[in-house]
Amino acid sequence: MNHAFPTALNASLISCHSCHLLCKAVRPPEAVLSICPRCGARLHPRKPNSIARTWALVIAAFIFYIPANVLPITRVISFGKAQSDTIMSGVIYFVKSGSWPIALVIFIASVFVPVLKLIVLTYLLISVQLKSRWRPRDRARLYRITEAVGRWSMVDIYVVTILVALVKLGALATIEAGPGAIFFACVVIITIFAAMSFDPRLIWDTQEQNYERRKKQ
Amino acid sequence: MESIIACHECDLLHQSQSLPHGGIARCVRCGAVLYRHKPNSLDRVLALTAAGLVLFVVANFYPFLTFRLEAQIQETTLITGIIELYNQGMWIVAGVVFLTCILVPLLELVGMLYVLLPLKFKMRPWKLPILFRMIRSFKPWGMMEVFMVGILVAFVKLTKMATIIPGIALYAFMALIFVLAASAAALDPHIVWNRLEQRS
Repeated sequence: MNHAFPTALNASLISCHSCHLLCKAVRPPEAVLSICPRCGARLHPRKPNSIARTWALVIAAFIFYIPANVLPITRVISFGKAQSDTIMSGVIYFVKSGSWPIALVIFIASVFVPVLKLIVLTYLLISVQLKSRWRPRDRARLYRITEAVGRWSMVDIYVVTILVALVKLGALATIEAGPGAIFFACVVIITIFAAMSFDPRLIWDTQEQNYERRKKQ
Repeated sequence: MESIIACHECDLLHQSQSLPHGGIARCVRCGAVLYRHKPNSLDRVLALTAAGLVLFVVANFYPFLTFRLEAQIQETTLITGIIELYNQGMWIVAGVVFLTCILVPLLELVGMLYVLLPLKFKMRPWKLPILFRMIRSFKPWGMMEVFMVGILVAFVKLTKMATIIPGIALYAFMALIFVLAASAAALDPHIVWNRLEQRS
């Protein structure tokens, strides 16, 4: 055993995903269902089917993103008139009424973050599949940021919840949630799962494989 | 506490060492945080969790926000919006909000108490490690702090149309967010795992 990087995988160890205990890997790993002796979680050297799962979730989120933005997320009924709002028209409303900071918060949380997250995950998936060696530390950081910011996209769903609770005065003023809210909630949940299913260790495994290959040549 | 750990983000093996006050151990290859120095971790988390449970009860059972348009008054609690969404047929959205803002924080608080109290008093209750693992995996789904930003946005949106009166539950909710954040910062899961391992 003469590896360039002393990783758990190279040392035939598995770091438990849940409690981070180092366990001895049982070979072949597929045949035996190994369980962490300390916390009882299933042991995997890497997250199972990470790339395929993340791709599936990213594509699903891209598809859901379209109705989430096209369909209305709220319907305001006031004095008998109904007016539907999408995410973008909500942002434009705040810009027009002069609430710049709020417009910016909604735009970043509801439009910018989900798109950025999907683009970053797509890029990470492609870069891992192409066995890229380009700036792994920065790509790891990119993943860390993506995982941390995802939850903030939920803001718009919570705004709808509060508006719906507060404004129900019959024909005078009532706010209802629109179908866009369902799709948007799905986009947020799916992207969180997508970020969870991606295994950042894959970024580093490529470095090792490339190093080993060059050493052999 | 000399032992070997693997970086959870790049799998590189490290020798773990005790840290100075306020120290942070980072992975030499990818820069991920391996562990931090957290003094009195368990006692602090226990105190914060107890405080959190009290605040949780206040935040859920007292008036949250009140909407006043001329003579019409609409008083709400935290769960009103969730029920209203469910009544409108939006059960997915209602379910997501219920999970992220009520159920997960509650399970986290009750679960932490269940794990930490026996550790403190050296008792041996049922299924501790599995429960602690569950709490750790639920944790990212508690999103109360995001809800707070939602309140701010809704407040600005409605403030021109009517009067919004914050209730006592809103203040409890705000305090709860800080308590939960402080408890997350004070918790050192490695210590809990080590203790749980020693007892079994």
